[in-house]
Amino acid sequence: MSEETNNTVNVWIDGNTYEATPGENLLQAVLDQKLDLPYFCWHPSLGSVGACRQCAVMVYADEEDERGRLTMACMTPVTEGLRVSVEAAHAAEFRESVIEWLMENHPHDCPVCEEGGECHLQDMTVMTGHSARRYRGNKRTFNNQYLGPFINHEMNRCITCYRCVRYYRDYAGGTDLQAFGSRARMYFGREQDGVLENPFAGNLVEVCPTGVFTDKPFSSSYTRKWDLRSAPGICMGCSVGCNTFPAERYGRLKRITNRYHGEINGYFLCDRGRFGSGFVNEETRIRHPGRRAEDGVFEMVAVDESLQEISSLLSAGGVLGIGSPRASLESNFALRELVGVDNFSCGLGAGEARATLRTLEVYDAGAGQIASLSDVEQADAVLVLGEDVLNTAPRAALSIRQAVRNEALQMAEDAGIPTWQAAGVKDHAQGHKNPLFLVTNLPTGLDDISRGCLQGDSHRIAAIGHTIAHGIDERFPDGGIDDALIEDVVNTLTSAERPLIVSGTSQESAAIVEAAGHITAALSACDKAPSLLLSGMEVNSYGAALLGGCDVDVALGRAAEGKVKTLVVLENDLFRRAEPALVEQALEAIENLIVIDVIDGATADRADWVMPAASFAESTGTFVNYETRAQRSYEVFLPADEIRPAWEWLAAFGRMKWETVDDVSAAIAGLPQFAAVSEVAPSADYRTTAHMKVPRQPHRASGRTAMTADVSVHEPKTAIDEDTPLSFSMEGYNRNQPGGLVPYVWSPGWNSNQSVFKFQQEVAGPLTGGDPGVRLVEPAGKNTDPVYDVQPVQSEAAGIRLFPAFSVFASDELAVRSPAVRERAGYASVVLSAADAEVLGVSSGDGVRCDVLDVALEVEIEDGVSQGCAYVKWGGEGVNRRLPADSVELRHDPGYQKPVPTVIARG
Amino acid sequence: MSVELKPLTGRIDDVGGLVSLEAYREAGGYEAARRALTEMTPGEVQEIVKEANLRGRGGAGFPTGVKWSFVPDVEGRKYLVCNGDEMEPGTFKDRYLLEYDPHLLVEGMLIASYAIGADQAYVFLRGEYHEPYRQLDAAIRAAREAGLLGDGIFGTSYALSLDIHRSGGRYICGEETALLNALEGKRANPRTKPPFPPASGAWGRPTIVNNIETLCNVPGILSHGAEWYQDLGIGEDSGTKLYGVSGRVNNPGLWELPIGTTIREIIEVHAGGMMEGYRLRGILPGGASTDFLVEEHLDLPMDYGSIQAAGSRMGTGTMILMDDSVCPVGISLNLQHFFAQESCGFCTPCREGLPWLEQVLADIEAGRGEPGDLELLDKNAAFIGAPGNTFCLHATGAIEPLQSALKYFREDFEEHLATGRCKYRDVMPVQESAG
Repeated sequence: MSEETNNTVNVWIDGNTYEATPGENLLQAVLDQKLDLPYFCWHPSLGSVGACRQCAVMVYADEEDERGRLTMACMTPVTEGLRVSVEAAHAAEFRESVIEWLMENHPHDCPVCEEGGECHLQDMTVMTGHSARRYRGNKRTFNNQYLGPFINHEMNRCITCYRCVRYYRDYAGGTDLQAFGSRARMYFGREQDGVLENPFAGNLVEVCPTGVFTDKPFSSSYTRKWDLRSAPGICMGCSVGCNTFPAERYGRLKRITNRYHGEINGYFLCDRGRFGSGFVNEETRIRHPGRRAEDGVFEMVAVDESLQEISSLLSAGGVLGIGSPRASLESNFALRELVGVDNFSCGLGAGEARATLRTLEVYDAGAGQIASLSDVEQADAVLVLGEDVLNTAPRAALSIRQAVRNEALQMAEDAGIPTWQAAGVKDHAQGHKNPLFLVTNLPTGLDDISRGCLQGDSHRIAAIGHTIAHGIDERFPDGGIDDALIEDVVNTLTSAERPLIVSGTSQESAAIVEAAGHITAALSACDKAPSLLLSGMEVNSYGAALLGGCDVDVALGRAAEGKVKTLVVLENDLFRRAEPALVEQALEAIENLIVIDVIDGATADRADWVMPAASFAESTGTFVNYETRAQRSYEVFLPADEIRPAWEWLAAFGRMKWETVDDVSAAIAGLPQFAAVSEVAPSADYRTTAHMKVPRQPHRASGRTAMTADVSVHEPKTAIDEDTPLSFSMEGYNRNQPGGLVPYVWSPGWNSNQSVFKFQQEVAGPLTGGDPGVRLVEPAGKNTDPVYDVQPVQSEAAGIRLFPAFSVFASDELAVRSPAVRERAGYASVVLSAADAEVLGVSSGDGVRCDVLDVALEVEIEDGVSQGCAYVKWGGEGVNRRLPADSVELRHDPGYQKPVPTVIARG
Repeated sequence: MSVELKPLTGRIDDVGGLVSLEAYREAGGYEAARRALTEMTPGEVQEIVKEANLRGRGGAGFPTGVKWSFVPDVEGRKYLVCNGDEMEPGTFKDRYLLEYDPHLLVEGMLIASYAIGADQAYVFLRGEYHEPYRQLDAAIRAAREAGLLGDGIFGTSYALSLDIHRSGGRYICGEETALLNALEGKRANPRTKPPFPPASGAWGRPTIVNNIETLCNVPGILSHGAEWYQDLGIGEDSGTKLYGVSGRVNNPGLWELPIGTTIREIIEVHAGGMMEGYRLRGILPGGASTDFLVEEHLDLPMDYGSIQAAGSRMGTGTMILMDDSVCPVGISLNLQHFFAQESCGFCTPCREGLPWLEQVLADIEAGRGEPGDLELLDKNAAFIGAPGNTFCLHATGAIEPLQSALKYFREDFEEHLATGRCKYRDVMPVQESAG
């Protein structure tokens, strides 16, 4: 939040002099020095409010002053020569008293509390020295609420720090969590039991300093933090590439928590990312090589036999490989090497491939700076063109929410209020926002903070974009849209200092990306410093696109023409990429279908051979996010059964000489567009202090000798990790390593995630070892000239055409296979224009049937939808497959009944 | 005549009850406002109020004119908010003014709004004040009809809209920034300072919050001048003050007297002295949230400086007397119960600390006290009560009567602990600690 300044001031803390940033709050300055000072209500992303009174220190007027004044560090700006004592007895006694007050009503149920062992309240209690209870009264008790499948509620543990409501309401824009009551009976919850609606609610688990809000799926298969094995992971949920800590015990992926990245996710994840990895533990995982027998049923085949047979199929020629935007760069590259670049498809559908390649072109033109999420949060005007960001790149939407709050920070600064004074800023700014404009298919979850919204189909969105570009700079072609809001958009963007353009590939429209590129170029031409966020659809869409090869439609077309004998499909469900009819044609025409995947699906169901691929949690690989930032995700635990990383299968098929991930990475770095991949992660022989590996387990991990005692009393040898500098045990040293190699955060006295400041250069700054990842596209030049023509709008076809509507919980292929996310994904529905609804004779809540898709869909009606367009939202159950390009027939289904969603856990 | 000596209540005395708009105008009402709006600049109005040395009558005693001068000269909306929350136990002075002379407040607010450049003013009124609301509402309507509020007042370009907001009813709403939050429809938690309301108050705009009695002093100052106002006071402070007495006196009530009248005169002359058979033991001089004074302080003048020097505060100037039939532990318990209940729940020491004190006091009063309880009370009171240790001054006010009770009436606390009973009661008290 604070501006970067070079000037520092000297602050005297307990006899030592430190440099600090003037104006920043004293608590943060103390923590910047890696000193210990207890706190609760302050949070680096939420600022100071002075509620808990825990961070009290003594501040002295001058050298002569020996009495000092008790002062709340979080509410005190740093000034030159400030004299502070953290250790002074009076301050220490007061801090102990604060804990004693907080503990009056705390249930002391640590042994059965999910937070135990990583509880900030425990840590702070120990840090202040409070140990004996003197309060003699009864403890207050509350009723807890059902908050949905993600979060448990246990209000008796609450210490009333107000972090939850400040995060949920002020930061994440939620409305259904509130502070109720007063005095010593404050209650934080919903008006009544019910699902917490905000898709970033999961962060409450980490924001809450004790066990009020805890991770419900984790609780159902619980392990103490100190017994978890974790590694630096990348979220597989979308193209943002948030950094995560996936954590395991007994071969089961237990949970995902946030791994701080200064430029991407900061302190927060979305709920798709946090709760969408349950598929790793699902029964439907593919675990053994399998072959379709004569009777059509799969039979398990020994590994050697499968390798032998597949190798001989492949050596017969006529091989085509289809890669995947959800597989690692290593696996995609291995497939490309196996089949040859001419027989390789990047795994993107035709429309998505076109749009994704265009985003790379626009990035490369260099007119706008590629925006990391921390850049997004600095923007002072935002235009979203075509992307339902909250549902296609959710974490980016949370950053856009912060961008619109910059106006408030500016107003506060002008009024002399420190920007970290969260309540002061809010009271003063009274909801003033930076301008945000949204041009989308349907209303979105950001509409509540926007200055204006326009809706339309993808052609209209592109035309609106071109009209805006033309309005900024007449050299750019005009989209010809007449709307009063466009003038406001143009004026706002041109008067902003740091305008941000957000677009992406979800509309499968190269034209929209071109328009976004033109707007950026036009702004750049008038000496603005625009930045650009172009989201992709999946975790490695950009990596796959950069690898080259044809799109899936072209590949399937070749197969359908009979030019392919054996099709190798890597971690991809073709029925989601291409029209089912085309897939069917191709599968009819080929002789062998070999599918390597994590979990079964429509394509695997049709395979002749299936090979079990490791999930992200069981393999190490590189993924390229929307910024073209390549990042390494590390194996957390060894895969069970015969599961292996896909690249290993592919290497074995082709008898390639790669032993480790490093070998594959080195080969990838041989491609010019991937040269920077060699810098993404240290090689397996990297060692930290004292020549040690980095441990996946904290040093207090217990029960190692007992974990397999039910099988054998002899402790198995710890597996050796030859791929990475991480060890599978607690042996090693978790400090001083590159930022991408931090497998968990812990520091003496700091068992919770709050310990992350000990791993940062300064509070909320870059990680000590640098923020992970390397950008593959770094534009050399800066082209601010028009490049693209405006595409003529195609004439309207008769009937209704279907387009996808995206959903944070239903849209991701793997996340929706996680039980908790599936519960939130709802059921299939279709958004119709009022005109079409009238023609069909349906109203909201009715059902329509679509025979081509063989589904019943619940009707929603939206004014902004134009006649002839309908948007399909898939739910948690049933098929989520490619919609037909041609218009379809919908008809009223009088017998439609709203599906009853499965509720996994109540209470 | 009486108005010049008793500018706040003289009119009521003259009329012998409710002062109507006609009666108010006959007595020269709204002429001060007319003069201010037609003949003076806002700066000149501020200056005369500053010179008169009018200090805030809500309890803090901050110079009113100085406060007004903090309003920055910026474009856009400014607000005057009248703090009519009057939730202080034992205090009923503002209510008296509203029930009998509401136009005095309307005129005071008109002048004050003009002085700070506000075009919107609010009266934040205690929710239970039904009759004061009725009278003030009627007065505002009458003033509007008479063109004394609204557009073009007294033929000038100045416009003022005045509205009443009735409180939902929490003690903390009397804290000026909690009041602003409540006015905005938010939780009544005090705000972070800075920004202070004159710079950024209601809806983030410059806002002055003044007590009813304070604003009611303004018309008189404008009519008769700063010097007249200064001369009304006996000591260093200026003007008159509404003093009240409750407790076992012969004539409990409320009187407008020169500020600086001694406590003894207020109790013995105006309140008629203690009832027969009762001895005065303690005085809460300005409401429940002030330190106890005792007999030795009787000859102190009731003004801001003298009472502060004695270790207490004049507060609202309406005193509660404790006589020798009242248990000091019981009264402390009663007060801590009130303050714990009225905590807004924002900061830890107040929210969690006050109920603990209440619980320990309940134990002592019920004969369940334990050795070390007094030291526990001392230590916690010191930590909770020190200004700055809590977010606002609610807890500081809560601790003032307790700390002084522990000082002046310690033997009563010790006796409870030693004997395991309360000698002031025949039966054990039934009051339980709050949940």
